[in-house]
This record gives sequence, structure tokens and C-alpha cells, in this order.
Amino acid sequence: MNDPDIAAVLLTLKLASLTTLILLLLGTPLAWWLARTRHWLKGPVGALVALPIVLPPSVLGFYLLMALSPDSTLGRLTQTLGWGTLPFSFSGLVVGSVLYSMPFVVQPVQNAFEAIGDRPLEAASTLRASPLDRFFSVVVPLARPGYLTAVVMGFAHTVGEFGVVLMIGGNIPEKTRVVSVQIYNHVEALEFGQANKLAAAMVVFSLLVLIALYTLNPTGRRK
Amino acid sequence: MKIRISALLAGLLALGLSASAFADEVQVAVAANFTAPMKEIAADFEKATGDKVVLSFGSTGKFYAQIKNGAPFDVFLAADDKTPAKLEKENDVVPGSRFTYATGKLVLWSAKPGLVDDKGAVLKKGDFQHLAIADAKLAPYGAAAVQTMTKLGLYDTLQSKLVTGESIGQAYSFVLTGNADLGFVALSQVYAGGKIKSGSGWIVPADLHTPIRQDAVILTHGKDNKAAAALMQYLKSPPAQAVIRAFGYDL
Repeated sequence: MNDPDIAAVLLTLKLASLTTLILLLLGTPLAWWLARTRHWLKGPVGALVALPIVLPPSVLGFYLLMALSPDSTLGRLTQTLGWGTLPFSFSGLVVGSVLYSMPFVVQPVQNAFEAIGDRPLEAASTLRASPLDRFFSVVVPLARPGYLTAVVMGFAHTVGEFGVVLMIGGNIPEKTRVVSVQIYNHVEALEFGQANKLAAAMVVFSLLVLIALYTLNPTGRRK
Repeated sequence: MKIRISALLAGLLALGLSASAFADEVQVAVAANFTAPMKEIAADFEKATGDKVVLSFGSTGKFYAQIKNGAPFDVFLAADDKTPAKLEKENDVVPGSRFTYATGKLVLWSAKPGLVDDKGAVLKKGDFQHLAIADAKLAPYGAAAVQTMTKLGLYDTLQSKLVTGESIGQAYSFVLTGNADLGFVALSQVYAGGKIKSGSGWIVPADLHTPIRQDAVILTHGKDNKAAAALMQYLKSPPAQAVIRAFGYDL
């Protein structure tokens, strides 16, 4: 592998790690709400979270490009906040990836929360555990398999992202040129040898990740 | 219901047969910079001949890879003369079919009025965040942009601001949406009625890059396709040339 390829690999790992971390922080309260609420918004919000599964990435990429452009409302906001404009930047890819991979983190955690039910929580409150204490000492440990699935799938799905990055990335080395795009560049330029090295590495990586998931977490298979 | 479905199938079959029996169809790979003129030319050609033209748009380098891998194109309108010449050498085109259908012009363009001055001094000032170009490896207009910046001695300083579209079409969309402040695009993308139609632009002097001579060829796949030969003839006709000139190309 040459230097640009290694840079693409490192960038991809950085993007996937950061995206997964943000999704765990944002996704946990969202999954909790979705798991516990009887509000009529549960259906619509659940549908919104699931939307990236069915949408072509080009749809997400197109709307992000429009929504984040310097003259748009959101674009103005990010500039006022001093974040600059998001397309063609690593932060832009993080925003895109968080949306793109959201269902793969929120859904397994939500399923795990739902499976816990009311009983353990009621038992904990009779022991005078505060809501926060209940959450961290009862819910999170019980939801561990869900979290494991969420982390692995969120990470792996972000590594596999292509269409969104292609549309909002601008193909900048060390900022937005991730592995999937680099493979595409190699193929387009007929550099099949280099494409093959990266592509084969992706196959091995993805397979190892899934083997780890299915071995460590038998319930992951059913989710 | 059964009868209706079979009738529908028979109808579709008849439609398919009639299309292949009476009119010829030509599959054309078109370099992205020539998108707008080619749509017009193809419509005129279809009206004049009754043949059907199917257009695909993309970067020249990408089409080269697709053609080498057996893509079923009959005619290739490239954005340079190198790629068609290479295909000719590799026996992928009909001998003697190659000709220059247009000479392209590169323009430094911004959707914002007043950002690009008529001498291109904005490049030196560097008062912008993103400069869009097409992938220099795949798109001749991208290569011409890199040559221009190199010749101006600005390539190294500008490199950190470059964003790359996979074709000149994507580079243009980056600039048009304002995501890139400015970019090197094809004049044909921003040209109408004898001038740059919106925003601000600097038509790059021809001596800053090798001329963008755009060649067309009939590919081996289209060697027996009458419509392919007819389309190539039509591209040389005065009505087609008028369209090509109207988009700012030289002939």
C-alpha cells in the first residue's frame, strides 16, 4: 500500500470511530425514549431514524450538499458558529455519517432497552435507586449485547459508506478521501492492482468484524 | 387478468421488435462538458433521421475504463484527443472515424458576481475557501486546470483549497451550489448567448494549457451501426456546428 492509501485507511478509521462515539451519545437517549414512550410521535420518529436504511445514499448526499451550502440557513449557522462550511470537510463527513449510520446504532440499543421491560427498573426503584443510577447500573449492563451490536454495526457501516462521501467530500486527501472512495478512484484510473489491495483488505476487515460480532454476541444474529 | 398480462407482454414485445426493426439506436458516451450542446444536437438529429440517440455523460477517463471493459457504446465524444487516439492505437475504434468535433475552453467561474475578475487575479489573492476542479487523472478539463495553475506558479499554494469532482459536471455542481466559491469548469457549462450567463468568470487564455481538442470516434461496438455513422456525419454539419459554437466552443 502506498502513502495515499494508508492515509485513506487512517482517515476511514478516524471517521468511523468518531461517528460511532457520537451516535452512542446521541443514540442512547433517543433509543431510550423510543423504547419507553407511548407518545404518538414514536412512530414518526422511529421512521425518521430508519429512513437512511431505505434511501439511496445519493439522496442523503444531495440534500446535505444543498442544506449545508454556504448560502443556506444551516450553512450560515455553521459559519456564524465559527465551524466554517461543512461540505468538503472532515466535520461534514462526520455529520453525513452520523445521519447515515444512525439506524444501525439506535435500533439495536432500542431493541435491547425494550427487551429489559419494567420489572428490573421497578425492583431498582424499590431499592431507592435514582433514575440515573437505575439507568447506569441496571439498564446499560442489561443492554450490553445491544450496545455491542450497535458499536460494531455503526462502525462497520460507516467504514462501508460511499455514496454520501462521494457527493459531499470533494475527494481531498487526508480530509475526505476515505477507503471506499480511494478504491473507486483506483478503479476509474484503471489502477486495478492498488484497488485490489484496498478492496481485499476491506473484505477481510468486514468479515473479521462480523465473525467477532456473531461469536461474542449470539443475539446479534437475530437482530 | 391472465389474458391482459399476456396481451401486455405481446404488446411490449412488438414495441421492442418494431424499435429494432425500423429505427436504429446509437449509444453515445459524452464527455460531461459537452452535455448541454449534445442534448440539443441529439434532439435535432433524432428529429431529422428518426434514429434514437441514447446519451451517457461522464468523465473521459471513466469512459475509457468502461470502454476497455466492454461497455456497449457506439460513439465516444471525448474531452481530449489523447484518449480517442489511445483507443485507436489499441484497435477499439473504427479506423478513420476520428475527428475533432470541438475545441473546448476552460473558464475560472464563480456563481457569485464580482468574485472572479477578468484577469484571474483572484487566484493569486487566494481570498476564498474552496476551488473546485475536475479530477485531473480522469477529466481533461481537470488536467488543463492543473496545467494553468502550474503555469501561473500557484498550484502549490492553491492545493490545500482544491476540491475535486469526479467529472467536470460534479465540479460545476459544487460551484453552482455555492459549496465551492469558484472553480475551473468548461465554458460551455456557463455560456449562453455569446457571454457568461451568470456569476463571474475568467476565460483562461489558451496559452496557459495544452489546447482542449475534443475528438469523436466510432467505437468497434458501433462499426455496423448506421445511426452511429449518421450521427458522426451530423456532428460535422452546419446546424450541429452552430449549436457547438453557441456554447462557446471553437471549431
